Amino acid sequence: MNIIETSGLGKRYGRTWALRECSLAVPAGHVAALVGPNGAGKTTLLNLAVGLAAPTAGAVTVLGGRPPGSPAALDGVAFVAQDTPLYKNLPAADMLHLTRNLNRRFDQRYAETRLGELGIPLNRKAGRLSGGQQAQLALTLALARRPRLLVLDEPVAMLDPVARHDFMATVLMAAADDGVSVLLSSHVLAELERVADYLILLSRGRVQVAGEVDDLLASHRVLTGPAAEAGRYAEWPVVHVRRAEAQAHLLVRAAADDPVPPGWEAHPVGLEELALAYLREPGAAALPGPARGQALPLETGEPSQVTR
Amino acid sequence: MTALTVPARPVEDTGPRPVLWRRMAWVTWRQHRTALAGVAALLGALAVGLWLIGLRLHHAYAAAAACHPAASAICYDMFSSFNTMDGFLATGVILQILPALIGAFAGAPVLAREMETGTFRYVWTQGFGRWRWALAKLVLLAVALPAAVGLFTLLTSWYYEPYFAAGNPTPQTPFSPGLFGLRGPAFAAWTLAAFAIGALAGMLTRRVVPAIAATLAAYAGLAVATGLYLRQHYLTPLLTSNPNLPGSAWVISQQWQTKSGQPVSQSVLGQVLQGAPQLAGKGGVPNSPNVTQYLIQHGYTQWTSYQPGSRFWPFQWIESGWLLALSVLLIAATVWLVRRRAA
Repeated sequence: MNIIETSGLGKRYGRTWALRECSLAVPAGHVAALVGPNGAGKTTLLNLAVGLAAPTAGAVTVLGGRPPGSPAALDGVAFVAQDTPLYKNLPAADMLHLTRNLNRRFDQRYAETRLGELGIPLNRKAGRLSGGQQAQLALTLALARRPRLLVLDEPVAMLDPVARHDFMATVLMAAADDGVSVLLSSHVLAELERVADYLILLSRGRVQVAGEVDDLLASHRVLTGPAAEAGRYAEWPVVHVRRAEAQAHLLVRAAADDPVPPGWEAHPVGLEELALAYLREPGAAALPGPARGQALPLETGEPSQVTR
Repeated sequence: MTALTVPARPVEDTGPRPVLWRRMAWVTWRQHRTALAGVAALLGALAVGLWLIGLRLHHAYAAAAACHPAASAICYDMFSSFNTMDGFLATGVILQILPALIGAFAGAPVLAREMETGTFRYVWTQGFGRWRWALAKLVLLAVALPAAVGLFTLLTSWYYEPYFAAGNPTPQTPFSPGLFGLRGPAFAAWTLAAFAIGALAGMLTRRVVPAIAATLAAYAGLAVATGLYLRQHYLTPLLTSNPNLPGSAWVISQQWQTKSGQPVSQSVLGQVLQGAPQLAGKGGVPNSPNVTQYLIQHGYTQWTSYQPGSRFWPFQWIESGWLLALSVLLIAATVWLVRRRAA
């Protein structure tokens, strides 16, 4: 089952397309990270997924074919919006009560236990909680609904490192223990390595990279070699070239067992490095299916040893 | 033998679900209890004040009505002192503001605050669904607020009773622009309309302060247009040539005609009145009883179109009816906007 699926999805605000021709299929059971620069269309995609916005073009479904905003989708999808909007004048206990009244399922005991563990007083007004506590309260409200899909828009952008860590730990626990699928957008690339096992990279309203993190890491390599030869390198699709003095680092689409040309060294790539490379090259793409790059024969003929 | 078992999907009913009024009543109460308490406090304070002043007014009226003989100078003085009492309330203008205040400060923020603070992104993604949430909340408030004002109307109706009483030698018309809307169901209907205007303004402007301003402006425009142009057409006015209309009648227009039915202009009437220097010298006010008598004696007829005081209740129900219909339309439009609005 695909927890979220889009085909040709587009959203236009006035004359500007915030999202265009977005086709995705994220299987259930993943923590999927949505990455991209400001204005890339991340919030737009999330708003479409939770039914806050309606598509201008194409279609989006969640939970295996449910239209967002339909009763089944509303029941099964929990959303924590950017800056975690809460009723600031309501105490935490009343926020729980409110959310319980607005949903068919609500795990009151879970919510109270978690807020107790976090040291969030139930009688304190939401507006008087710290930023980290407000985010945790919003997350608790969302998880107590026992959703099948949890959608988080920039959940940790405003948090200090400790609060950020605690927040993501809660998300990961829900994903691991309860099998909640997670779709989260984030600026913080450093977090992703620890958190995400599915990456969606948006740029200028289009999907640039989409796939399981393990597959993406396995199909990309960093080649280090003489900077002078970097321009002539055409062995595999080069995503990005980074020059450092005499050496050049090339992110190429190549598997671990692909041969490496003489004079070059191959290294595995990290998720943060991979994401950064694609963000710097909005023209490059790595999408599932036929778009994937093909290995071409070497110009020089002899494949050399892979040096590790 | 191993059977391939397909895990059963959790049972989901995808059909339409009822609005759970009891749950939404709690939500609405919890979020708007401050506004509701404010309205209750305002109405309560006004009610106490109106009651205390009203006791004095009723006492003065009862004393004047019991005065005997009625034509005596003492009785005349008693009535004139009753008529000049509490002038600031007698026009009703102060209480006319009440529905506007309720619409602006209790109605406009209902959706505007959610849009302004971004909490709509929390509440519209809950299982209840956004248009059901909007419908339930608006309907509950649209019942509660006019109901409170409806109770208050019992007091205003009692307060203004002596002005229209049969024993009053100078009764007011129940259609007087300041007082018509304060008695009967119209008061609650105006409150409902103001609330509905406020809710829609909040959804259109998405900001609390502009929504309040827009509500006050739209309400004032509607109330003034109704009083000046609309109300007099609810029922076809009656036409009479009798110059002695009861004080409860609402005169819409008057016209002098010749015996043959030709309308007579003011300048012609002025010329006729030149023949009666004792009247013309006083400025020749065409409506003073002496002038009227003089013109009738000279063969002219004054036609008056008017709404009789007995039409007060039909007019109340007609006005309440169209205000209710308007409010239903406005609330439906608001819910529709919530449903289709793209975040």
